[in-house]
Amino acid sequence: MSTSVAVIDYGMGNLRSVSKALEHAGNCRVAVTAERDRILAADRVVFPGVGALRDCMAELRRRDLEEVVRHCLAHKPFLGICLGMQALLDFSEENQGTPGLGVMAGRVLHFDGRIPSAGAQGPLKIPHMGWNRVHRVRAHPLWADIPQDGWFYFVHSYYVQPEHAEGVAATTEYGLRFTSALAWDNVFAVQFHPEKSQHLGLRLLANFLRWDGTWNGTV
Amino acid sequence: MSGLAKRIIPCLDVDRGRVVKGVRFVDLVEAGDPVVIARAYDGQGADELVFLDITASAEERETMVHVVEAVAGEVFIPLTVGGGIRNLDDVRRMLHAGADKVAINTAAIQRPAFVSEAAARFGVQCIVVAIDAKQVAADPPRWEIYTHGGRRPTGIDALDWARRMAAAGAGEILLTSMDRDGTREGFDLALTRAVSEAVPIPVIASGGVGALEHLAAGILEGRADAVLAASIFHYGEYTVGDAKRYLAASGIEVRL
Repeated sequence: MSTSVAVIDYGMGNLRSVSKALEHAGNCRVAVTAERDRILAADRVVFPGVGALRDCMAELRRRDLEEVVRHCLAHKPFLGICLGMQALLDFSEENQGTPGLGVMAGRVLHFDGRIPSAGAQGPLKIPHMGWNRVHRVRAHPLWADIPQDGWFYFVHSYYVQPEHAEGVAATTEYGLRFTSALAWDNVFAVQFHPEKSQHLGLRLLANFLRWDGTWNGTV
Repeated sequence: MSGLAKRIIPCLDVDRGRVVKGVRFVDLVEAGDPVVIARAYDGQGADELVFLDITASAEERETMVHVVEAVAGEVFIPLTVGGGIRNLDDVRRMLHAGADKVAINTAAIQRPAFVSEAAARFGVQCIVVAIDAKQVAADPPRWEIYTHGGRRPTGIDALDWARRMAAAGAGEILLTSMDRDGTREGFDLALTRAVSEAVPIPVIASGGVGALEHLAAGILEGRADAVLAASIFHYGEYTVGDAKRYLAASGIEVRL
Protein backbone atom coordinates (compact mmCIF):
# COMPACT_ATOMS: atom_id res chain seq x y z
CA MET A 1 0.00 0.00 0.00
CA SER A 2 1.60 3.26 -1.07
CA THR A 3 1.64 6.21 1.25
CA SER A 4 -0.62 9.20 0.62
CA VAL A 5 0.78 12.72 0.62
CA ALA A 6 -1.12 15.99 0.66
CA VAL A 7 0.75 18.95 -0.80
CA ILE A 8 -1.04 21.92 0.69
CA ASP A 9 -2.13 24.25 -2.08
CA TYR A 10 -2.67 27.75 -0.79
CA GLY A 11 -1.73 29.60 -3.95
CA MET A 12 1.92 30.22 -3.07
CA GLY A 13 4.20 28.82 -5.69
CA ASN A 14 5.06 26.04 -7.99
CA LEU A 15 3.42 22.95 -6.54
CA ARG A 16 3.67 20.88 -9.67
CA SER A 17 7.43 20.47 -9.19
CA VAL A 18 6.89 19.32 -5.63
CA SER A 19 4.28 16.73 -6.56
CA LYS A 20 6.25 15.47 -9.57
CA ALA A 21 9.40 15.14 -7.48
CA LEU A 22 7.52 13.20 -4.77
CA GLU A 23 6.07 10.82 -7.36
CA HIS A 24 9.53 10.36 -8.83
CA ALA A 25 11.12 9.81 -5.41
CA GLY A 26 9.02 6.92 -4.18
CA ASN A 27 5.84 4.93 -4.17
CA CYS A 28 3.17 7.44 -3.18
CA ARG A 29 -0.16 8.99 -4.10
CA VAL A 30 0.13 12.75 -4.16
CA ALA A 31 -2.78 15.18 -3.93
CA VAL A 32 -2.12 18.87 -4.44
CA THR A 33 -5.05 20.19 -2.50
CA ALA A 34 -6.64 22.92 -0.42
CA GLU A 35 -9.44 20.62 0.77
CA ARG A 36 -9.47 20.22 4.50
CA ASP A 37 -10.69 16.63 4.53
CA ARG A 38 -8.17 15.42 1.98
CA ILE A 39 -5.33 17.05 3.91
CA LEU A 40 -6.51 15.52 7.18
CA ALA A 41 -6.91 12.09 5.58
CA ALA A 42 -3.40 12.00 4.09
CA ASP A 43 -0.67 9.93 5.73
CA ARG A 44 1.77 12.81 5.48
CA VAL A 45 1.82 16.46 4.53
CA VAL A 46 4.10 18.74 2.54
CA PHE A 47 3.82 22.47 3.18
CA PRO A 48 5.66 24.24 0.35
CA GLY A 49 5.70 27.84 -0.74
CA VAL A 50 7.66 30.71 -2.20
CA GLY A 51 7.04 34.43 -1.87
CA ALA A 52 6.07 36.67 1.01
CA LEU A 53 5.05 35.43 4.48
CA ARG A 54 2.31 38.05 4.79
CA ASP A 55 0.63 36.69 1.65
CA CYS A 56 1.19 33.12 2.86
CA MET A 57 -0.59 33.75 6.17
CA ALA A 58 -3.38 35.71 4.48
CA GLU A 59 -3.96 32.90 1.94
CA LEU A 60 -3.95 30.22 4.65
CA ARG A 61 -6.65 32.12 6.53
CA ARG A 62 -8.64 32.97 3.44
CA ARG A 63 -8.79 29.28 2.59
CA ASP A 64 -9.52 28.40 6.18
CA LEU A 65 -6.43 26.19 6.36
CA GLU A 66 -4.58 27.54 9.36
CA GLU A 67 -6.13 25.12 11.85
CA VAL A 68 -5.65 22.21 9.46
CA VAL A 69 -1.96 23.03 9.14
CA ARG A 70 -1.65 23.31 12.93
CA HIS A 71 -3.36 19.95 13.34
CA CYS A 72 -0.99 18.27 10.86
CA LEU A 73 2.02 19.91 12.52
CA ALA A 74 1.04 18.16 15.72
CA HIS A 75 0.01 14.79 14.30
CA LYS A 76 1.68 13.51 11.14
CA PRO A 77 4.96 13.48 9.25
CA PHE A 78 5.24 17.07 8.08
CA LEU A 79 7.71 18.60 5.63
CA GLY A 80 7.95 22.39 5.31
CA ILE A 81 9.80 23.78 2.30
CA CYS A 82 11.19 27.33 1.95
CA LEU A 83 8.35 29.69 2.88
CA GLY A 84 6.68 26.63 4.40
CA MET A 85 9.62 26.55 6.84
CA GLN A 86 9.66 30.29 7.55
CA ALA A 87 5.92 30.27 8.32
CA LEU A 88 6.57 27.97 11.31
CA LEU A 89 8.43 30.67 13.26
CA ASP A 90 6.90 33.35 15.51
CA PHE A 91 7.65 36.40 13.51
CA SER A 92 9.20 37.71 10.29
CA GLU A 93 10.65 41.16 9.86
CA GLU A 94 9.20 41.23 6.34
CA ASN A 95 6.66 44.00 5.65
CA GLN A 96 7.43 45.88 8.88
CA GLY A 97 6.73 42.73 10.85
CA THR A 98 4.54 39.74 10.04
CA PRO A 99 3.52 37.07 12.57
CA GLY A 100 3.92 33.44 11.52
CA LEU A 101 2.33 30.26 12.91
CA GLY A 102 4.65 30.38 15.90
CA VAL A 103 5.10 26.64 16.37
CA MET A 104 8.88 27.17 16.63
CA ALA A 105 10.23 30.02 18.74
CA GLY A 106 12.30 32.42 16.69
CA ARG A 107 12.36 34.99 13.93
CA VAL A 108 12.71 35.26 10.16
CA LEU A 109 15.36 37.80 9.10
CA HIS A 110 16.44 39.43 5.83
CA PHE A 111 20.02 38.93 4.60
CA ASP A 112 20.29 42.62 3.69
CA GLY A 113 22.61 44.44 6.09
CA ARG A 114 23.57 41.18 7.83
CA ILE A 115 25.97 39.76 5.25
CA PRO A 116 29.14 41.47 4.03
CA SER A 117 28.41 44.10 1.41
CA ALA A 118 31.88 43.74 -0.11
CA GLY A 119 34.53 41.07 -0.52
CA ALA A 120 37.13 39.78 -2.93
CA GLN A 121 34.40 38.80 -5.36
CA GLY A 122 32.25 41.87 -4.69
CA PRO A 123 29.14 42.02 -2.53
CA LEU A 124 27.07 38.91 -1.92
CA LYS A 125 23.94 39.01 -4.02
CA ILE A 126 20.40 38.85 -2.65
CA PRO A 127 18.41 36.63 -3.20
CA HIS A 128 20.73 33.84 -2.09
CA MET A 129 20.16 31.90 -5.29
CA GLY A 130 21.81 28.68 -6.37
CA TRP A 131 23.47 25.57 -4.97
CA ASN A 132 24.98 25.64 -1.53
CA ARG A 133 26.20 23.10 1.01
CA VAL A 134 23.98 21.75 3.74
CA HIS A 135 25.87 20.89 6.92
CA ARG A 136 23.98 18.41 9.08
CA VAL A 137 24.28 19.13 12.77
CA ARG A 138 22.02 16.32 13.97
CA ALA A 139 21.20 12.80 12.88
CA HIS A 140 17.71 12.39 11.50
CA PRO A 141 15.87 9.75 9.42
CA LEU A 142 15.50 12.33 6.61
CA TRP A 143 19.28 12.60 6.28
CA ALA A 144 19.65 8.89 5.48
CA ASP A 145 22.18 8.37 2.65
CA ILE A 146 22.70 12.10 2.24
CA PRO A 147 26.36 13.09 2.46
CA GLN A 148 27.61 15.68 4.92
CA ASP A 149 27.87 19.10 3.19
CA GLY A 150 25.84 17.91 0.20
CA TRP A 151 24.64 20.43 -2.39
CA PHE A 152 21.05 21.67 -2.40
CA TYR A 153 19.30 24.43 -4.35
CA PHE A 154 18.30 27.61 -2.53
CA VAL A 155 16.41 30.71 -3.52
CA HIS A 156 15.45 33.11 -0.73
CA SER A 157 16.14 36.54 0.76
CA TYR A 158 15.01 35.73 4.31
CA TYR A 159 16.34 33.07 6.67
CA VAL A 160 15.12 31.61 9.96
CA GLN A 161 16.77 32.21 13.28
CA PRO A 162 15.28 29.85 15.89
CA GLU A 163 15.57 30.91 19.49
CA HIS A 164 16.89 27.55 20.65
CA ALA A 165 19.58 25.46 19.01
CA GLU A 166 17.84 22.11 19.67
CA GLY A 167 15.59 22.46 16.65
CA VAL A 168 18.44 23.09 14.20
CA ALA A 169 19.05 20.10 11.91
CA ALA A 170 21.43 21.74 9.42
CA THR A 171 23.25 24.99 8.69
CA THR A 172 24.51 26.69 5.53
CA GLU A 173 27.01 29.51 4.95
CA TYR A 174 26.16 32.63 3.02
CA GLY A 175 28.04 35.55 4.49
CA LEU A 176 26.82 34.19 7.80
CA ARG A 177 25.85 30.75 9.07
CA PHE A 178 22.10 30.33 8.91
CA THR A 179 19.71 27.50 9.76
CA SER A 180 18.91 25.55 6.60
CA ALA A 181 16.91 22.74 8.24
CA LEU A 182 14.80 22.40 11.37
CA ALA A 183 13.55 19.22 13.02
CA TRP A 184 11.44 18.40 16.01
CA ASP A 185 9.05 15.51 16.76
CA ASN A 186 7.12 14.79 13.53
CA VAL A 187 8.20 17.98 11.76
CA PHE A 188 11.07 18.53 9.34
CA ALA A 189 11.53 21.82 7.52
CA VAL A 190 14.10 22.98 4.98
CA GLN A 191 15.03 26.35 3.53
CA PHE A 192 16.28 24.76 0.29
CA HIS A 193 14.16 23.17 -2.42
CA PRO A 194 14.51 19.37 -2.39
CA GLU A 195 12.23 19.22 -5.45
CA LYS A 196 14.89 21.16 -7.38
CA SER A 197 17.99 19.63 -5.83
CA GLN A 198 18.49 16.73 -8.22
CA HIS A 199 19.36 13.34 -6.76
CA LEU A 200 20.05 14.52 -3.21
CA GLY A 201 16.72 16.31 -3.14
CA LEU A 202 14.91 13.23 -4.42
CA ARG A 203 16.66 11.13 -1.79
CA LEU A 204 15.48 13.46 0.97
CA LEU A 205 11.92 13.24 -0.38
CA ALA A 206 12.19 9.45 -0.54
CA ASN A 207 13.32 9.46 3.09
CA PHE A 208 10.32 11.62 3.97
CA LEU A 209 7.96 9.17 2.23
CA ARG A 210 9.32 6.35 4.40
CA TRP A 211 9.47 8.32 7.64
CA ASP A 212 7.05 7.29 10.39
CA GLY A 213 7.29 10.72 11.97
CA THR A 214 9.23 9.66 14.99
CA TRP A 215 12.64 10.90 16.01
CA ASN A 216 14.32 10.42 19.33
CA GLY A 217 16.48 13.50 18.84
CA THR A 218 19.78 11.75 19.47
CA VAL A 219 22.84 12.18 17.30
CA MET B 1 32.41 33.10 3.83
CA SER B 2 30.05 31.99 1.10
CA GLY B 3 29.66 28.42 0.07
CA LEU B 4 27.38 29.34 -2.80
CA ALA B 5 28.52 27.63 -6.00
CA LYS B 6 28.85 29.44 -9.31
CA ARG B 7 26.34 27.96 -11.71
CA ILE B 8 26.74 26.54 -15.21
CA ILE B 9 23.60 26.79 -17.29
CA PRO B 10 23.20 25.20 -20.71
CA CYS B 11 20.73 27.06 -22.92
CA LEU B 12 18.43 25.41 -25.44
CA ASP B 13 16.57 27.15 -28.24
CA VAL B 14 13.18 25.58 -28.87
CA ASP B 15 11.14 26.07 -32.03
CA ARG B 16 7.65 24.56 -32.09
CA GLY B 17 8.54 22.09 -29.39
CA ARG B 18 11.84 20.91 -30.82
CA VAL B 19 15.38 21.88 -29.84
CA VAL B 20 17.09 23.64 -32.72
CA LYS B 21 20.66 24.74 -33.50
CA GLY B 22 21.78 21.14 -33.55
CA VAL B 23 22.52 19.34 -30.36
CA ARG B 24 25.02 16.73 -31.51
CA PHE B 25 26.03 14.76 -28.47
CA VAL B 26 22.90 12.62 -28.48
CA ASP B 27 21.59 10.31 -31.21
CA LEU B 28 20.41 12.12 -34.30
CA VAL B 29 16.88 10.85 -33.78
CA GLU B 30 16.76 12.30 -30.29
CA ALA B 31 18.70 15.48 -31.00
CA GLY B 32 15.57 17.61 -31.11
CA ASP B 33 13.81 16.12 -28.10
CA PRO B 34 13.87 18.62 -25.22
CA VAL B 35 13.34 15.92 -22.58
CA VAL B 36 16.21 13.76 -23.82
CA ILE B 37 18.57 16.71 -23.96
CA ALA B 38 17.48 18.10 -20.60
CA ARG B 39 18.04 14.68 -19.05
CA ALA B 40 21.48 14.45 -20.61
CA TYR B 41 22.55 17.86 -19.25
CA ASP B 42 21.08 17.01 -15.87
CA GLY B 43 23.20 13.85 -15.88
CA GLN B 44 26.31 15.91 -16.72
CA GLY B 45 25.71 18.10 -13.67
CA ALA B 46 24.05 21.21 -15.16
CA ASP B 47 23.00 23.51 -12.33
CA GLU B 48 19.95 24.86 -14.16
CA LEU B 49 18.52 24.86 -17.65
CA VAL B 50 17.28 27.74 -19.76
CA PHE B 51 14.81 27.15 -22.58
CA LEU B 52 14.31 29.96 -25.05
CA ASP B 53 11.16 29.68 -27.10
CA ILE B 54 11.96 31.04 -30.56
CA THR B 55 8.66 29.90 -32.07
CA ALA B 56 7.60 32.67 -34.42
CA SER B 57 3.83 32.26 -34.35
CA ALA B 58 1.87 32.98 -31.20
CA GLU B 59 -0.55 30.10 -31.91
CA GLU B 60 2.22 27.55 -31.67
CA ARG B 61 3.57 28.93 -28.41
CA GLU B 62 1.23 26.65 -26.48
CA THR B 63 3.62 23.85 -27.49
CA MET B 64 6.18 25.31 -25.08
CA VAL B 65 3.85 24.66 -22.16
CA HIS B 66 3.90 20.95 -23.00
CA VAL B 67 7.68 20.99 -23.36
CA VAL B 68 8.02 22.52 -19.89
CA GLU B 69 5.56 20.02 -18.41
CA ALA B 70 7.43 17.09 -19.93
CA VAL B 71 10.85 18.30 -18.82
CA ALA B 72 9.72 19.30 -15.31
CA GLY B 73 8.27 15.82 -14.83
CA GLU B 74 11.67 14.21 -15.28
CA VAL B 75 14.41 16.70 -14.50
CA PHE B 76 14.62 18.06 -10.97
CA ILE B 77 16.80 21.12 -11.31
CA PRO B 78 15.62 24.72 -11.83
CA LEU B 79 14.16 25.53 -15.23
CA THR B 80 13.92 29.00 -16.74
CA VAL B 81 11.73 29.70 -19.75
CA GLY B 82 12.13 32.76 -21.95
CA GLY B 83 10.69 33.97 -25.23
CA GLY B 84 7.18 35.27 -25.69
CA ILE B 85 6.49 36.02 -22.02
CA ARG B 86 4.27 39.08 -22.47
CA ASN B 87 1.73 39.18 -19.65
CA LEU B 88 0.88 37.78 -16.23
CA ASP B 89 -1.06 34.96 -17.82
CA ASP B 90 2.02 33.81 -19.75
CA VAL B 91 4.00 33.83 -16.50
CA ARG B 92 1.31 31.87 -14.67
CA ARG B 93 1.05 29.26 -17.44
CA MET B 94 4.79 28.62 -17.49
CA LEU B 95 5.15 28.43 -13.71
CA HIS B 96 2.13 26.18 -13.51
CA ALA B 97 3.63 23.91 -16.16
CA GLY B 98 6.69 23.47 -13.95
CA ALA B 99 9.06 26.33 -14.83
CA ASP B 100 10.77 27.88 -11.82
CA LYS B 101 11.56 31.18 -13.47
CA VAL B 102 10.54 33.10 -16.54
CA ALA B 103 12.82 35.41 -18.50
CA ILE B 104 11.19 38.65 -19.60
CA ASN B 105 12.82 40.76 -22.29
CA THR B 106 10.85 42.82 -24.84
CA ALA B 107 7.72 43.03 -22.71
CA ALA B 108 9.73 44.68 -19.92
CA ILE B 109 10.97 47.34 -22.31
CA GLN B 110 7.50 47.95 -23.69
CA ARG B 111 6.00 48.20 -20.21
CA PRO B 112 8.43 48.17 -17.28
CA ALA B 113 5.57 47.93 -14.75
CA PHE B 114 5.01 44.36 -16.02
CA VAL B 115 8.14 43.30 -14.12
CA SER B 116 6.91 44.81 -10.83
CA GLU B 117 3.48 43.28 -11.30
CA ALA B 118 4.90 39.83 -12.04
CA ALA B 119 7.30 40.04 -9.09
CA ALA B 120 4.52 41.13 -6.75
CA ARG B 121 2.24 38.35 -7.90
CA PHE B 122 4.68 35.43 -8.21
CA GLY B 123 7.70 36.50 -6.14
CA VAL B 124 11.00 38.04 -7.19
CA GLN B 125 12.66 34.63 -7.19
CA CYS B 126 10.93 33.60 -10.40
CA ILE B 127 11.36 36.80 -12.41
CA VAL B 128 14.48 36.99 -14.58
CA VAL B 129 14.94 40.06 -16.75
CA ALA B 130 16.81 39.27 -19.95
CA ILE B 131 18.93 42.13 -21.27
CA ASP B 132 20.45 42.15 -24.76
CA ALA B 133 23.15 44.81 -24.78
CA LYS B 134 25.42 46.21 -27.46
CA GLN B 135 28.40 48.50 -27.02
CA VAL B 136 27.78 51.98 -28.45
CA ALA B 137 30.82 53.90 -27.18
CA ALA B 138 34.38 52.85 -26.39
CA ASP B 139 35.83 55.41 -24.00
CA PRO B 140 34.29 55.47 -21.55
CA PRO B 141 32.47 52.29 -22.56
CA ARG B 142 28.69 52.48 -22.90
CA TRP B 143 26.17 49.80 -23.76
CA GLU B 144 22.60 50.11 -24.93
CA ILE B 145 19.65 47.75 -24.91
CA TYR B 146 18.62 46.21 -28.21
CA THR B 147 15.54 44.21 -29.08
CA HIS B 148 14.60 41.86 -31.94
CA GLY B 149 17.76 39.78 -31.73
CA GLY B 150 20.04 42.80 -31.55
CA ARG B 151 18.64 44.55 -34.59
CA ARG B 152 16.55 47.28 -33.00
CA PRO B 153 18.16 49.89 -30.73
CA THR B 154 16.11 51.35 -27.89
CA GLY B 155 18.44 54.14 -26.78
CA ILE B 156 18.26 52.81 -23.20
CA ASP B 157 21.55 52.62 -21.29
CA ALA B 158 22.22 49.03 -20.21
CA LEU B 159 23.46 49.85 -16.71
CA ASP B 160 20.56 52.20 -16.01
CA TRP B 161 18.17 49.56 -17.24
CA ALA B 162 19.71 46.80 -15.11
CA ARG B 163 19.44 49.00 -12.00
CA ARG B 164 15.89 49.92 -12.85
CA MET B 165 14.85 46.30 -13.38
CA ALA B 166 16.48 45.19 -10.11
CA ALA B 167 14.56 47.94 -8.31
CA ALA B 168 11.35 46.90 -10.08
CA GLY B 169 11.59 43.42 -8.59
CA ALA B 170 13.70 41.28 -10.94
CA GLY B 171 15.30 38.44 -8.98
CA GLU B 172 18.07 37.89 -11.49
CA ILE B 173 19.46 39.32 -14.74
CA LEU B 174 20.30 37.28 -17.81
CA LEU B 175 22.79 39.48 -19.62
CA THR B 176 23.64 38.79 -23.27
CA SER B 177 26.25 40.69 -25.23
CA MET B 178 24.91 41.06 -28.76
CA ASP B 179 28.44 41.90 -29.93
CA ARG B 180 29.71 38.54 -28.71
CA ASP B 181 26.70 36.27 -29.18
CA GLY B 182 27.60 33.54 -31.68
CA THR B 183 31.25 34.67 -32.03
CA ARG B 184 32.83 32.13 -29.64
CA GLU B 185 35.29 34.88 -28.63
CA GLY B 186 34.25 34.95 -24.99
CA PHE B 187 31.92 37.10 -22.89
CA ASP B 188 32.05 40.89 -23.02
CA LEU B 189 33.79 40.98 -19.63
CA ALA B 190 33.64 44.76 -19.18
CA LEU B 191 29.89 44.72 -19.75
CA THR B 192 29.39 41.72 -17.46
CA ARG B 193 31.41 43.27 -14.66
CA ALA B 194 29.76 46.67 -15.01
CA VAL B 195 26.27 45.18 -14.77
CA SER B 196 27.17 42.75 -11.99
CA GLU B 197 28.59 45.61 -9.92
CA ALA B 198 25.62 47.85 -10.69
CA VAL B 199 22.93 45.56 -9.26
CA PRO B 200 22.44 43.74 -5.93
CA ILE B 201 20.87 40.69 -7.63
CA PRO B 202 22.60 37.74 -9.35
CA VAL B 203 23.74 38.13 -12.96
CA ILE B 204 23.98 35.32 -15.53
CA ALA B 205 26.57 36.07 -18.22
CA SER B 206 25.69 35.03 -21.77
CA GLY B 207 26.95 35.42 -25.31
CA GLY B 208 30.26 34.39 -26.85
CA VAL B 209 31.45 31.28 -25.01
CA GLY B 210 33.78 29.23 -27.23
CA ALA B 211 36.15 27.73 -24.68
CA LEU B 212 36.25 26.72 -21.03
CA GLU B 213 38.52 29.62 -20.07
CA HIS B 214 35.75 31.97 -21.18
CA LEU B 215 33.49 30.53 -18.47
CA ALA B 216 36.16 31.09 -15.81
CA ALA B 217 36.82 34.65 -17.03
CA GLY B 218 33.11 35.46 -16.90
CA ILE B 219 33.11 34.57 -13.21
CA LEU B 220 36.53 35.82 -12.12
CA GLU B 221 36.79 38.97 -14.25
CA GLY B 222 33.17 39.54 -15.16
CA ARG B 223 31.99 38.74 -11.62
CA ALA B 224 29.03 36.81 -12.96
CA ASP B 225 27.12 34.60 -10.54
CA ALA B 226 26.32 32.10 -13.28
CA VAL B 227 27.46 31.45 -16.83
CA LEU B 228 25.27 30.38 -19.71
CA ALA B 229 26.49 28.62 -22.83
CA ALA B 230 24.99 26.78 -25.75
CA SER B 231 27.21 25.61 -28.58
CA ILE B 232 30.22 24.36 -26.59
CA PHE B 233 27.92 21.91 -24.85
CA HIS B 234 25.57 21.12 -27.75
CA TYR B 235 28.35 20.05 -30.08
CA GLY B 236 29.77 17.76 -27.44
CA GLU B 237 33.12 19.57 -27.37
CA TYR B 238 32.84 19.70 -23.62
CA THR B 239 30.44 18.29 -21.09
CA VAL B 240 29.12 20.38 -18.24
CA GLY B 241 31.27 18.15 -16.02
CA ASP B 242 34.41 19.13 -18.00
CA ALA B 243 33.49 22.78 -17.52
CA LYS B 244 32.99 22.33 -13.79
CA ARG B 245 36.29 20.55 -13.32
CA TYR B 246 37.99 23.36 -15.22
CA LEU B 247 36.34 26.00 -13.02
CA ALA B 248 37.21 24.08 -9.86
CA ALA B 249 40.84 23.94 -10.97
CA SER B 250 40.68 27.72 -11.43
CA GLY B 251 39.70 28.08 -7.77
CA ILE B 252 36.00 28.61 -8.39
CA GLU B 253 33.44 26.93 -6.12
CA VAL B 254 31.22 24.64 -8.19
CA ARG B 255 28.83 21.81 -7.41
CA LEU B 256 30.68 18.66 -8.42
